Order: sequence, then structure tokens, then C-alpha cells
Amino acid sequence: MPSPRLLIKDHSAETNLFARRTFIGLLVVFVMIAMVLTNLYYLQISRFEDYQTRANGNRIKVLPVAPNRGLIYDRNGILLAENRPVFSLQVIPEEIKDLEFTINELSILLDIDEEDISDFYKDLKGNRRFKPVNLINRLKSEEVALFSAKQHKYPGVSVEARLARYYPYGSALTHVIGYVAKINKKDLQKLSEAGFEANYAATYDIGKRGIEKYHEEKLHGKVGFQEVEVNNQGRIIRILDFNPPAPGQDIVLNIDMDLQLEAEKAFAGERGSVVAIDPQDGGVLALYSSPSYDPNLFVHGISSKNYKKLLTSDRPLFNRATQGQYPPASTVKPLLALAGLEENVITPEVTIKDYGKFKLKNVERIWRDHNPYGHGTVNVTKAIEVSCDIYFYDLAYKLGIDRISESMNEFGFGDYTGIDLHEEADGIMPSRGIVKALFNLPWYIGDTINIGIGQSYWTATPVQLTQSITTLVNKGRRIIPQIIRGNIQKDTIILQGIKERSPITIKDEHNWDIVLDAMYGTVNRKGSARRAFEGAHYISAGKTGTAQLVSIAQDEKYDATKLSKKNRDNAMYVGYAPYDKPQIAVTVVLENAGHGGTKAAPIARKMMDNYFKDQTFPKHQVIEYLGQELENVGLIQSELSQTETHP
Amino acid sequence: MIRTKLASNSRSFWNRIHCDVLLLAGLLVLMIVGLFTIYSAGGQDIGLIQRQLTRLGLAIGVMLVMAQIPPMAYQKLSIYFYVIGIAMLIAVLVVGVSSKGAQRWLDLGVLRFQPSEIMKLAVPMMVAWYISRFNLPPRTWHILVGFALVALPTLLIARQPDLGTSLLIACSGVFALFLAGMSWRFISFVAIALSAFTPIMWIFLMQGYQKQRVLTFLNPETDPLGSGYHIIQSKIAIGSGGAQGKGWLQGTQSQLEFLPERHTDFIFAVFSEEFGFWGVVGLLSIYAFIVIRGMLIAVKAQDAFSKILAGSITLTFFVYVFVNMGMVSGILPVVGVPLPLVSYGGTSMVTLLAGFGILMAISTQKRIMSRE
Repeated sequence: MPSPRLLIKDHSAETNLFARRTFIGLLVVFVMIAMVLTNLYYLQISRFEDYQTRANGNRIKVLPVAPNRGLIYDRNGILLAENRPVFSLQVIPEEIKDLEFTINELSILLDIDEEDISDFYKDLKGNRRFKPVNLINRLKSEEVALFSAKQHKYPGVSVEARLARYYPYGSALTHVIGYVAKINKKDLQKLSEAGFEANYAATYDIGKRGIEKYHEEKLHGKVGFQEVEVNNQGRIIRILDFNPPAPGQDIVLNIDMDLQLEAEKAFAGERGSVVAIDPQDGGVLALYSSPSYDPNLFVHGISSKNYKKLLTSDRPLFNRATQGQYPPASTVKPLLALAGLEENVITPEVTIKDYGKFKLKNVERIWRDHNPYGHGTVNVTKAIEVSCDIYFYDLAYKLGIDRISESMNEFGFGDYTGIDLHEEADGIMPSRGIVKALFNLPWYIGDTINIGIGQSYWTATPVQLTQSITTLVNKGRRIIPQIIRGNIQKDTIILQGIKERSPITIKDEHNWDIVLDAMYGTVNRKGSARRAFEGAHYISAGKTGTAQLVSIAQDEKYDATKLSKKNRDNAMYVGYAPYDKPQIAVTVVLENAGHGGTKAAPIARKMMDNYFKDQTFPKHQVIEYLGQELENVGLIQSELSQTETHP
Repeated sequence: MIRTKLASNSRSFWNRIHCDVLLLAGLLVLMIVGLFTIYSAGGQDIGLIQRQLTRLGLAIGVMLVMAQIPPMAYQKLSIYFYVIGIAMLIAVLVVGVSSKGAQRWLDLGVLRFQPSEIMKLAVPMMVAWYISRFNLPPRTWHILVGFALVALPTLLIARQPDLGTSLLIACSGVFALFLAGMSWRFISFVAIALSAFTPIMWIFLMQGYQKQRVLTFLNPETDPLGSGYHIIQSKIAIGSGGAQGKGWLQGTQSQLEFLPERHTDFIFAVFSEEFGFWGVVGLLSIYAFIVIRGMLIAVKAQDAFSKILAGSITLTFFVYVFVNMGMVSGILPVVGVPLPLVSYGGTSMVTLLAGFGILMAISTQKRIMSRE
């Protein structure tokens, strides 16, 4: 092979070849440029909008902003539920290398108990790694300071401030207001089913009981949105747009806080309940179930230790005022009398002889009066005043269960009152059909006799009883009890208005007066509640009740000392005042306390005393019989007309 | 000859310092575009600009020095460059310094040094030297030797592993052979051989991370938060730039740091986002201008060695551009290739400008043995 250096090169051929190859090379370069530009055209021009959307999706995040929950006031403007800032310690799992180690370190610094940690791990499951989880629900202010100073040592751990509910009156109002607590899985499911999930995107708590639950929609408000620009770490660079949340409505309750506190004081922890309603508008003035508990315990998640304390036999969690189903006993006698008068099975004039015993033909059983010697000659008025059992055995027998049950259904027994609480029971107004359905038992005539004194299968809740009294004093107008009075808009209260059912119509309007007069007599003449209301500065009317919880054998006497406390009689009282223009109707139940006139009526008296403490009434002359007042008025009028004709 | 005199008079200063004004102008425009884009991509860090300016100054210095060396000297030195380069590549594999799972550096005490950078110039020089010794077009035998000269450093660099650089070096050698007049029959043979070689490369040569890159490239959406993240975010940046672009310093993808490797390998995405399609057209025009200028120098060069070397350097330069833009815009797999003269970074820029220095030398220095 010859040495290359000696080769004579054909320069022009070489130059041509090279020029061609260079040209091809350039051509390839332009093809490549065309490829790049085609691709860029596709990305930047054809699919511009798609990529612009994705770029915005990267940088713009919409953060929900929780609305402030509406405040709750009583009818006089006293704040019953407020929002206070609380601090919680949050952990973002994603940002922590060794979770256990970090928690150990933190527990040296702060007060973390076993339950906090177990709850934390429970919450951690099913939580997205970048979402914060609460480690400590409530930091004390000195803990906030302590942690803030050392925060740089704990990346991924932060103090979060938010507003949380606080109930300044604690246990006094629990069964009315209820409480809010952390939204749980079940709540979330309900919210998503109702389509409210988005509205709760930033909300921490939700109404769990009481008014907080019933009026959740009003109180919650509407979620707001913050449109922010974030970087790749998710850190907020700036706020692009802010759509403020609409705070929940501030609401006003019919509750009179002073009266409510009086109720708490009157019960002193004894089992029982009181419901006070304004008969004029159905507003619930007080509703107290005793014993009660502090709702603030639940707001931040109750500890199991504290929760166990509430699971006693006294059942403080149970709302006796709306869920307690008691035999109404003698408190329903006025209503039964009204039914009797309406059906003409009794008249005001007809009397019976009461020797303390009631017997039916061909039935061996003897029904006894609570007074072993009987009340002698008894008409309807006296029967109610002295709570004569024999009269009402007879009345019930004559009326029969079908007519009683129909009439009592009209007064709301056996049905929900419609009070604005979800915690309500409907009680039982027995009828042949219901007893068959509930207990699979036939109806015996003896059951009818017992219905006459509000016993047998008959149960009613205190709020049902109060509602029946308001219906009675309103002479058939059926107003639904309401705790909420209205909401505040620009410093004025927009009243919610009265909710009513179709009224009860009766054949003879005079019958109302007969029954109401008898209840007047119960308090003001020789009736069973006279002692309890002695010296009151207002005129009230009412009816006592003493509910038997166990059947006493035929010839045995009731002896409280022989019965275990749980089986002793419930003391009951229904009443209203002032007699001529009622402003308050009250039902008191005191469980296993004994006689209604001596145990329950005094609590009703305290309630009414409190309610009328700032009102004065004209001096009162006892009306001895129905119509006397009218006669007096007639007399005065005739005197007036005489003076007019003879100046 | 009056024109020549006048022209030589006006060009005398640049000619004296052996600088090709048009090429220099094109390079400077690119560098300025690069500085502005780095400023935006690097979070407006003036320190970054100062460091880049220092590097650019150094690289331009190297370029001007390289331009002073007569092409004859390059021709003579080619074989030494090549042999020393190969020796250093072997040394890297034996005693090299590892970083990020690849053994690419030689620690010379004073500075760390990447021998593959030398090969970027040594390979086209060697091939050009070898092939220009014969009458062109070369015979098949010469082409085969040429391929062997290319294959040796390519495989050594691929072993480091540095697939991107090895492929670019292979390109520069193959371009030299192509420009020398490699027959079309042979080219089609090589094309077929390469497609057969692909599965072999996949199985025996490519590392796990390289395979992953290719797989991710083929379908980035399968792993949007993992390895597909770069490509997806880059495409979003480019696409959202639209025709006009979001404006300098206004690119959300880059300013809010959704884009990875913003001021280095993915700077093209930042540029596309902020200056839009028309900006890209402008940028490609500058690159095209430089390539045309380089190819003109090659055509006008006085001997085969210079022609082949100049053409190869120019085409390889554009391959850098194409590979970078292709990977950033999602039509090529992600290989760590910066955008020439725009991306922030050191070593490769010096090598690039050294190459342009050789181009300038070819363009401005008359050979002693002139044919005319």
C-alpha cells in the first residue's frame, strides 16, 4: 500500500463531494429544526389551552375557608354559645422521618397522654400523608409559648389556631343546646349524601346534639374560598383571590337563662326534668333534664375516662325532658274530664259517691282510690281538684279506650311534639291496635280503667305533657313548642313565628272553662297543690300526679320505704300561670320522689316565682266556684250602670 | 483585486486575531440569551450570572487561543490527542472518581477533569486525520477503520456510564465519515446494523437508570410524580408558554419551581415558557445561523482534514441543540445534555468553544501550502 502522503489528491472531485455532503448535512439540520418547531407548534399553539390549564392547576390551589359558626343567645340577649380560639398541635406525617421518635421528644416538652397518642395513630390511618393530624387537641397557652420557642427543631409539627365552641353555662343548658364536636366518618357520609360536603371542606366541628344539631344549617354558614398561588412545595406564594365565607346565623332561643338556672338549682342533681313553655307562642322558656353534664367536655373530644363517668345509672346523657317516657298519671285527668264532658258521659252536675273502691260487675278486681276512705260525693270539678281516682275509673270505663285514645291523640299523646330537638321520644298513647302491635297483647277492660288515672301502657314525655297543657289553656289551639325564637339580622331579631297544627274543635266551648276552673281549684281551693302555691303573688292553676311504677298487690298499701328507690313513685306536676292570661306552662317530673303535690309542685312553684319575679299582679280573691267571677263582674257592671243612671 | 484589498483592510484586525466575526456574533447573541434565561430560571440570583460570566470569559479565551493554532498543527496533533484521550478514559475506569453512580472524573489534584470532554474534539480530529490521508471518497476498509476509531472511545465512555456523551462522540465521528464521502450503501448497511444493535445495547450495555429514562420517555404519564415528573412539567411549561410566551421572569412553571433542572438541562423549557413559540423560532434561527456559518467555513476550507473537522464540529454542535430540545419537549429520552451556550454550566461550554476556536482557525488562517 502506497504511503498516503504521496497520493495525488483529486481536489476538485473532493471539493464537489464534500460540498454535496455538506449540503445534505445542512438539509438534515433543517429537517431537525422543522421537527423541533413542529413539536413546539403542537405544544405551544395547538395544545396551548390544555397546557395552560395544567400550568394553572399546578400553581393555583383553592383553599376552603371555614365560616364562623353562628352564636346562640337566650331571649334576653345572654350569650349561650360562643366561639373561642383554641390551639392544637398538628403533625404532617409526610414531613417527619421518625414519627415515634418525634412524639417521644414532644412528650418530654409537652403534656401528651396515652390517649392522645392512641387517638393520633387512629387518625393517622386513612389520612393522606401530607394532611396534618392533631396530636394534642388543646394546648395550654404556656405550652403554645414553650413549643413556639423550639418549633424550628420539629419540622412538620406546628401549632394551629382555630375557633372552637365554648358553652359558658356548661351543664345548665346541655340538653337544650347540645354541643358540637369533630366531624366523624358518619357525619361526613351524611354530609356527602345531602350534598353539603363541599360546604364543610374547612369545617372542623359539627352539631352533634340539641339545638347545635337541629339548627346546624342555620348555624354553620357558607364556606369561603381562597385562591392561592403555590410553589412546587405547596407553600403559598401569594393570594390571588379571596371569596370570604358567609358566617352562620346568630340565633336567639326562647330560653330564659335565669329561669333555666333556677331549674338547675331546683333539681340539685336529683333525677327529673322540667319543661316550661310560653302558651302564647309555644316558646320553650326552660328545658332542663337532671342530672346533666358539661358539653364543653365533648367539644374537644371527650376522654374515655370522662366518658365512663357519664355512663352512670343516673344517665346524665339522656334528655329526660324530651326522651323520658313516664306514665302521665293524674296529670292527664283534666284532659280525660274534657273528653268525658264532650262525649256527654259526664256532666258538670252529675256526682258519684266515692268510698275508696271501684268495682266492675263480674270482675273480681277492686280498684282503689289513693285515699282509702274515698272523697265522698264528687263532681267533675272536685274529682280534678282532689284527684279522685274512683271518678276517673268510672269515667274511663264509660268512655272506653277507643274514644279516650282518639281524644288524647288530639292533645298530642303518642306522637312527637315537633320541638326543635332530634332527641325526642313519642311516648305511647295506647289503643287496642297499638298494644297489639307493640306488646302483642289483647286489650282488657282493666286496662281501660287504669288509663283513667294515666297509668297502664300510657307513657308521655314531659314536653308532651307541657304541650297538652298549652293546648288546654289555649282552648284547642295547638302550638308546636319551639326552642329557637329567631335569628339576628343587623341587630334585629327576625322572629321565627309560631308553628301550629290544626286546632281541636269541641262541641261545647264551656267545657274548657269547667276543666280549667278545676285546675284553678287544684291550686287555689282545697286541691292537691294548694300547699305548694300558698302565698304566691300570681294565680296559677295545675294538676298533680303521682305515677306508680310497680303494680301494688290488691290489698297491699303503697309504702315507699318498702320499695327500692328505683321503684318508688314519680312525682309529677303540670301547671300554668297566671290563670286568667297564661304566660307560662310548666311540667315537672321528679323521678322516684313520691307525691306530686309535695315534691314536684314546689319545683313548679320555684319556676313560676322566678319567671314572675319582676311582675306584679292585683290582689286575688279566691273564686269559690265557676261563674262566681262572672257574677261578680255582672254585679259590678250593674252597679256601674246604676251609678250611671243615678249620678 | 481591489475588493480584496479593501475587504482585507476592514477585516484586518479580526483577521489578525484569527477571529471569525460572524461566528463570534452568533455565539455572543446566544450567550446573552442564555444569561437572561439563567437569571430568570435561577431565581434572579445575580451570583449565578457572575459565575456564568466568568465561565463564558474563560471559554471565549480558550476559543481565541484555539483560533491561533494553525489547522496544520491540529492535523499533526490529532493522533496524540486521541491516544492520550483513550489512555485517560482507561484511567478513568480504573482510578476515576465516582459521582452520582457514574465514574467520569479524573482527579488531577488541582482540578477534577472529565476526559470524555477531550474526546469530543479528539475523535472528529482523529477520524478527519485518518480519512483525509486517502483519496476521497474513502474505501470500505478505511471506513471500517474509521468506525473502529469511533467505537473504542464510545464504548469506553458508555462504560462509565455516560450514554449521552458516548452517543454524541459517536455522532461526531460518524459525521466526519459521512462528510468524507462514506458510500450510501455503507450508510444503509450501518443503519440496519444499528437497528440490530439496539436490542443488544438494551440488554448488555444500558444501565437500569438509562433503561428507566427511555421507558419514562416512551410513556411519562405512567409515573407522574416519579421519573415522568420532569418531562411532564417541562411539557406543561413549554405548552403553557403559547405563541407569545408569559414574558421574561413571568413563567409560573419555572418561577414557582415546578420545573426541574431549570437553569441547566431544562433551560429550554424556561425559555419556551417565557418567550413562547416565536421566541423559540428566534432562538432556532440563531442556532441555524451558526450552523450555516460553520458549514460555510467547512466548504471554504482548503484541505480535506479542515473541511471534515469543521463540518463534523458544526453538525455535532447542532446535534447537541437537537438532543436537548428534543428531550425537553418530550420527543427524545432524557439524557443529560445541556443546551449549548445557553444552559448554566462549565466543562461542556469550554469544550464547545474550543471546537469553535478550531473552526475560527480553519476559517481565518491561510495554509502555507495554498493551492491558489
